[in-house]
Amino acid sequence: MKGEGEAGGVTDKHQVQLRVNGTEHELLVEARRTLADMLRHDLGYTGTNVGCEHGICGACTVRLDGAPVRSCLVFGVQADGAEVRTVEGLADGDELSDLQQAFRDHHALQCGFCTPGFLMLAEAYFAERGLAPHASPDKPPPGAGEEPTEAEIRELVASNLCRCTGYQGIVEAMLATARSRYAVGRS
Amino acid sequence: MTAPGATAHGRDGRWVGAALTRKEDRRLLQGRGRFVGDMTRAGMLHAAFVRSPLPAACVTSIDASAVAGSPGVAAVFTAASLGDPYLLATLDRDEFVPTPMPLLAGDQVRFAGEPVAVVLADDAYLAEDATELVAVDWALGRAVAGLAAAEARDAPQVHPGTSGNCLVDLLMFDDDRLGEIFAGAAVVVGGEFTSARLAAMPLEGRACLAEWDDRDGQLVLHVSTQVPHQVRSGVAQALGIPERTVRVVAPDVGGGFGLKCVVGREEVVVAAAALRLRRPVRWAEDRRENLSASFHGHEQRHRVRAAFDREGRILGLDAEIDCDVGAYSAYPFTCAVEPLMAASELPGIYKVPAYRARGRGIATHKAPTAPYRGVSRPQIVLVMERLMEKAARALGLGPLEVRRQNMIGPGEFPYTGVNLISYDEGSYRESLDLAERRVAEQGWAAERDRLRAEGLAAGIGYACFSERTAYGTPTMSLRRMRMTPGYDTASVRMDPTGEVTVTTGTCAHGQGHETTFAQIVADRLGVHPDQVRLRQGDTDLASYGWGTFASRSVVIGGGAAARAAEQVADQLRTAAAHLLEASAADVELRDGAARIRGDTDAAIPLAEIARVVHFQTHTLPEQVRYGLEARASYDPPGTFSNACHAALVGVDPGTGQVRLLRYLVVEDCGVVINPLIVDGQVLGGVTQGVAAALYERICYDAEGQPVSTTLMDYLVPTAAEMCPVEVIHLETPSASSESGAKGMGEGGMIGAPGCVLNAVNDALSGTGASFDHIPVLPAEVCAALAAGATEEGRVTGR
Repeated sequence: MKGEGEAGGVTDKHQVQLRVNGTEHELLVEARRTLADMLRHDLGYTGTNVGCEHGICGACTVRLDGAPVRSCLVFGVQADGAEVRTVEGLADGDELSDLQQAFRDHHALQCGFCTPGFLMLAEAYFAERGLAPHASPDKPPPGAGEEPTEAEIRELVASNLCRCTGYQGIVEAMLATARSRYAVGRS
Repeated sequence: MTAPGATAHGRDGRWVGAALTRKEDRRLLQGRGRFVGDMTRAGMLHAAFVRSPLPAACVTSIDASAVAGSPGVAAVFTAASLGDPYLLATLDRDEFVPTPMPLLAGDQVRFAGEPVAVVLADDAYLAEDATELVAVDWALGRAVAGLAAAEARDAPQVHPGTSGNCLVDLLMFDDDRLGEIFAGAAVVVGGEFTSARLAAMPLEGRACLAEWDDRDGQLVLHVSTQVPHQVRSGVAQALGIPERTVRVVAPDVGGGFGLKCVVGREEVVVAAAALRLRRPVRWAEDRRENLSASFHGHEQRHRVRAAFDREGRILGLDAEIDCDVGAYSAYPFTCAVEPLMAASELPGIYKVPAYRARGRGIATHKAPTAPYRGVSRPQIVLVMERLMEKAARALGLGPLEVRRQNMIGPGEFPYTGVNLISYDEGSYRESLDLAERRVAEQGWAAERDRLRAEGLAAGIGYACFSERTAYGTPTMSLRRMRMTPGYDTASVRMDPTGEVTVTTGTCAHGQGHETTFAQIVADRLGVHPDQVRLRQGDTDLASYGWGTFASRSVVIGGGAAARAAEQVADQLRTAAAHLLEASAADVELRDGAARIRGDTDAAIPLAEIARVVHFQTHTLPEQVRYGLEARASYDPPGTFSNACHAALVGVDPGTGQVRLLRYLVVEDCGVVINPLIVDGQVLGGVTQGVAAALYERICYDAEGQPVSTTLMDYLVPTAAEMCPVEVIHLETPSASSESGAKGMGEGGMIGAPGCVLNAVNDALSGTGASFDHIPVLPAEVCAALAAGATEEGRVTGR
């Protein structure tokens, strides 16, 4: 990438406004700067890790307006006006979320580098399935109403790479969380 | 995953054996881990390397003058401007050719990806931009890209003065009787067994941040490493400075698997740049650099013959083992690590009466190799397990019976093998028996037959093995490394509030040592594990230690911590005896207090003892004054874990994709410190072993160009490729271990390749094909199925 600074160049700076975990931010970023680098190095959300920079490993997964994205494949400027959710927003103070606690109970992490990506992937998917932590029962989204299966969760987990755990703990943790949220939603 | 015997621990108020959730998890789950890439400093520069696009070339000129004007650039260095520093790993053996690894290549490059210059700029993007402005003239040389090319008569030599590009040639064992034994054997089986080059592929690549600290007169290097002290030694040796002036700190490390138990030249370059510029410098490799320009491993070819008698007893074993070690010896282990391991440990759990083994390390124009998880054990287990299957087939015997016939049995420990290795107590027979029973209970054979009846190829495979863990200097010294690893040293200190700090030279990067070391120490001191904090990965905090690799940490580092804790426990008991006016022999430490045995009233909280020792020390006898602190070392000979793996696979007839359907591990790592963590290590290891058997390989083309430089090409398995793995524990405590635990970080990876390969061969048994290489690729399976469908055509892999 060359940055001669000509009009429309990749090094041109752009004004970006976004909300990260509910906090407003406004900053100037180069057109070529990835969302991952912007979050990590410009805004200090270093919980999101970068594992491959070509969209395969999923370690950098964050939620952009609810949807899971590989933040290494999205430019920072594309998040202008968006709501971004990162791993830093999951716990309530020091209180782990049910999903985080399940990861702990099922030994779903070892080195922990891929973990934020799996957590954000799971929450994005759970939201689609009507299994967000505090899902409103009034508007069940499509796919809601059926209990999540192991095959479904395993396919979800197959979106990202982990090199330490062999995935078994991750599948168990996500399945346990999905099932308990499903049960709560039905009660 | 409950284990027979596992409940013997974690009871009676003991923390060892309890499935505690990890101390590490909370910060990592909240995105509050601190990896090197998360750290930043005012005025920090970013490093980007200019790398050779060619595998073999002379650098005829290098002109970095255009870089100076590039935006944000602060400096650029080449080999010449750094003064040609290098890292040298060496063995004290005549058969070994040392290959100094220049920090930046000077007039020769020996693999595509080798760094020739480094650019330092204010911003990582600008640094990378500026690398394109370094003009290098290359004179293309002829590359050797594999063993065959390296051995060819007119082959160019990667390093001058070698013959056949051989860097190390070890005839480890020989036996005059072998000729006669093979001539008289009922059956001789063998073949050529090969395994592909692999990348360790931790999710976090290599990374470091170096800064000069004026106040301490130190270069501080924060680095994603498994071996902080060896990084310090490497930096000091390469830059010619005293070790005291270098402090290496490993923060959270995003996986290593051996890749980070060697010292990367880039890490030393970054240190050198920070030293010269007196500015902080950070570097993080990208995935392409990680896959093509860091370190690889496991590329081996074994030409092996084994003689058996009519009853299936092995009589002799003859092996030629060649490892494609790439362009340089990695510091500090050298390129001999794979051939030495393979040749010395090939017989494994089997009672081989006569043995000859030659192990060689062959240089090629490819990335250098490091000790990736398993180090030659995946290969030698695969070889032995294939030989057992082949012998059984040739003799018309049951493959598990042939294994039982040959394995070291109950009552035969300690067993000294033909390779002069002493195998301590294990459960080789028991683990196989239990695995076979479990497979029968779960009806694997019926499931296989059902699949076959439906017209699908399906098969069951086994692998039995042991693995030496916790190599101390008594064992490591046999390799004759100039730097001989093995021992470790820990300190244990109780503060005036009764809280405990442990330091260790080991360096966890996912293994959960903050939790397991706390369990070990808590038991010795009678405190809760939450009161024990492990400090690791800092060369200024810990005594010289050897880091975390080769399944050494809980046995050696944990053993040192246990010994130091025992000394502090003695100090506590002596102080308590004085305060309670009792005999120290009657004092026990339990549940946060010192108690007199048999007297429920006589107790004093440990925090109270700690307060008195620190703040009222003058009231105590001389021998317990001035603090509660001890330091201890541990240097055991090593101890063997063992396991039996079993796999059921099915083959997709359309794609040739081998599907893992069931997987079982019966493993024995002695006393289990924390079953949650042990299971995690096994499951992760099995997945890497399955990857080696079916998916992963680093490929180079015939000209030496790396062609697996992305995760689109290098196929790390996802959850979809794995099936649930059952883990059953046996516990044969080790006498060569303070806690009775054996190392267990690698076993999953060691057993899985041979086990899966045997299962694939069982699945293809009707086709007449069988494979002796890994990975077995879908196209090869398709070809085997097609040949089998048309005729009894014999398909050999590759």
